[in-house]
Amino acid sequence: MNYEISYTALVFFFVFVGLVLGLSFYFGRKTKSSSSYYAAGGKIHWTVNGIAFAGDYLSAASFLGICGMIAVSGFDGFLYAIGFLAGWIVALFLIAEPFKRLGKYTFTDALNAKFNSRAITLSASISTLIISIFYLIPQMVGAGDLVVPLLGLPHWAGVILVGAIVIVIVASAGMASTTYVQFLKGGLLIILSTVLTVYILKHGLTLSPDFQNNTYHKFMELTPQVEDGKVVSVPGWEVVSQQEVGQKTFVKLSQNGVNRWFDWEKGTNEPLLKETLTVTHQANGQILYNGEPQDKDRFYQVGHMSKIVVNGQEVDKTGPVGPFKFLSTLQDSEIVRFLQVKFADGSDQISLYYPQPTAGSSFMLPGLKYKIGSDASIWSKLDFISLMLALFLGTAALPHILIRYYTVKTPRDARKSTILAIAAIGGFYLLTLFMGLGAAINGVIDVESSNMAAPLLARAFGAALFSIISAVAFATVLGTVAGLIVASSGAIAHDFIDVYLKKNLNDNSKVKAGKIAAFAVGIFAIILGMAFKGVNVSFLVGWAFAIAASANLPAILFLLFWKKTSETGIAASIIVGIVSSLIIILTSPTMWDRYGLDPATVPHQLENPALISFPLAVLTVYLVSLFYPKKSKINA
Amino acid sequence: MHVNNTSEEKESLTKRKSTLGIRLFFIYLICYAGFVVIGVFQYELLSVQILGGLNLALAYGIGLIIFAVILGVVYNYYCTKYEDEAEESEKGGTI
Repeated sequence: MNYEISYTALVFFFVFVGLVLGLSFYFGRKTKSSSSYYAAGGKIHWTVNGIAFAGDYLSAASFLGICGMIAVSGFDGFLYAIGFLAGWIVALFLIAEPFKRLGKYTFTDALNAKFNSRAITLSASISTLIISIFYLIPQMVGAGDLVVPLLGLPHWAGVILVGAIVIVIVASAGMASTTYVQFLKGGLLIILSTVLTVYILKHGLTLSPDFQNNTYHKFMELTPQVEDGKVVSVPGWEVVSQQEVGQKTFVKLSQNGVNRWFDWEKGTNEPLLKETLTVTHQANGQILYNGEPQDKDRFYQVGHMSKIVVNGQEVDKTGPVGPFKFLSTLQDSEIVRFLQVKFADGSDQISLYYPQPTAGSSFMLPGLKYKIGSDASIWSKLDFISLMLALFLGTAALPHILIRYYTVKTPRDARKSTILAIAAIGGFYLLTLFMGLGAAINGVIDVESSNMAAPLLARAFGAALFSIISAVAFATVLGTVAGLIVASSGAIAHDFIDVYLKKNLNDNSKVKAGKIAAFAVGIFAIILGMAFKGVNVSFLVGWAFAIAASANLPAILFLLFWKKTSETGIAASIIVGIVSSLIIILTSPTMWDRYGLDPATVPHQLENPALISFPLAVLTVYLVSLFYPKKSKINA
Repeated sequence: MHVNNTSEEKESLTKRKSTLGIRLFFIYLICYAGFVVIGVFQYELLSVQILGGLNLALAYGIGLIIFAVILGVVYNYYCTKYEDEAEESEKGGTI
């Protein structure tokens, strides 16, 4: 996809990013030490803290990923919203208060509160590092996706840009993610999403989603001459070849020297060829979009409705609708999605996206990504259960999520903040449903990456909205990435080198080790960000949740609720959780596709590991604690 | 120096709050699991239209989000009540 730069958008963007970063530095300098970070919380009103809580949690992945997945796969994207929020229930009801009683603020500290064991320090620091890296991947992918339509840069440039900015910030100054900055970002994200939703509802549903800045492409339909199951001629076009891929037949036609692929629709009485979108990777390294170089601008944004039914009547457009009417009308209507197939054409590798009319009733049900109907395979049903399990159990087990809970002065205020946060996040997730569906029907989807759906929808409604939303999302990515890099470099420099290896570094070398670690993690994150281009960021976050749920949650739940839990049990459970979830992820179909291996050779079909790795970790902590009981107890 | 919101509280109060938390957790767990179970075993049920023309999947999903907020408010209400009661009885004891 080729994007033109809007300079208005650019100016807005830099002003906003500058503002957020400036504020962050300003407050960051005021709250240098960890003690003042915690102390500052005592003076902050619980409402501010609650929205800041939401700002911490709503990383770009929520905004970009969920909207994008809803835009492409309908209800299945909303599953993430449901699960991400449900996770807060675990955090609030089971973890938050007992942690507070232990007087500990991070997972590593809490896990080790009773034991002071080196094995726990080591395994917990490894788990922090790995979860942080898996959380970093979607942030970096999202950063690249944000920059593409805004600056007209390629995806990798966006990833490097974010990586470089963050490394510089972390290595030179350090960036405290202060309450006020998170409050600002969280608040803005919710307000802007509300504005966008109002635009969507005001715009209503229409068969021709044209906007001032975005004229929707009219997809060609051609009538071919067919003989013996082969297309022999098409008026105005030269027939080049045809190819069967699975159940589909695609026909390559040529006009003025440009090759285009068409989808042969066989269900109709008259033979019909429908225009598709193709990305062709040629053997010489050149990439063609719809048969021409990228800068010719022949690639289109997609996503439209083919039928709108209101009260049993077909209409061209609805005009402004209410939220319930919006959802129920979509349910009764028909949406055209673009599905991807990959095949080889001679020495060319073709990624083809063909239009697939989809009944609104199935778009608004789970099953387009995670098939769970009666015809679904056992694998995809397990995958669905696994995802829902990971999302439910993952939130509470993320290393950074609960810290803010302990920064409010009284327990009552901490609770009220958390509940406000749950309400704000829940409200935001309800909005993602409308933003995602709005993107699905308003012709703004870039088939190469679903993550851009929400910002591109904003762009259709106006440059100012687009740039402000992009700026807030970008600042959110920067903040989250900085926080994660600080956390993972801390895991390496403090937990591992300092505490585990017991190298008594002086303050200077400790800071130096931290900076080197931050630099290394940053570079690693950049590479991974490029490698996972085009994968939906919520899907990637699902992996981070699965690892967190498997590595940390069994250990912490047993520690809190079972007196016989031993330090060996905890360490073993963390390691088993990490290793098993990593093995399953690294051999999953998505990774197989990333390696460029034949999908037929993939060892299993499970995309999300939690269903296996979580019970394994639970079993481990139980059995190992039985066989290797607490040392302290024997001494006593 | 950390802010002191980890102050000692009476064990009976802690116990009451934690029992409440666990109970509410299981209530939510059942509702959440219900959604997953319907999806896996009674998929067709999800397409049944209920509330305001929305299908069960949408209504259930939106419902789960709203229910989480409601449970949060309930939890806060009772925790605060328990804390007030504990405070009262403590005062009563010292006078």
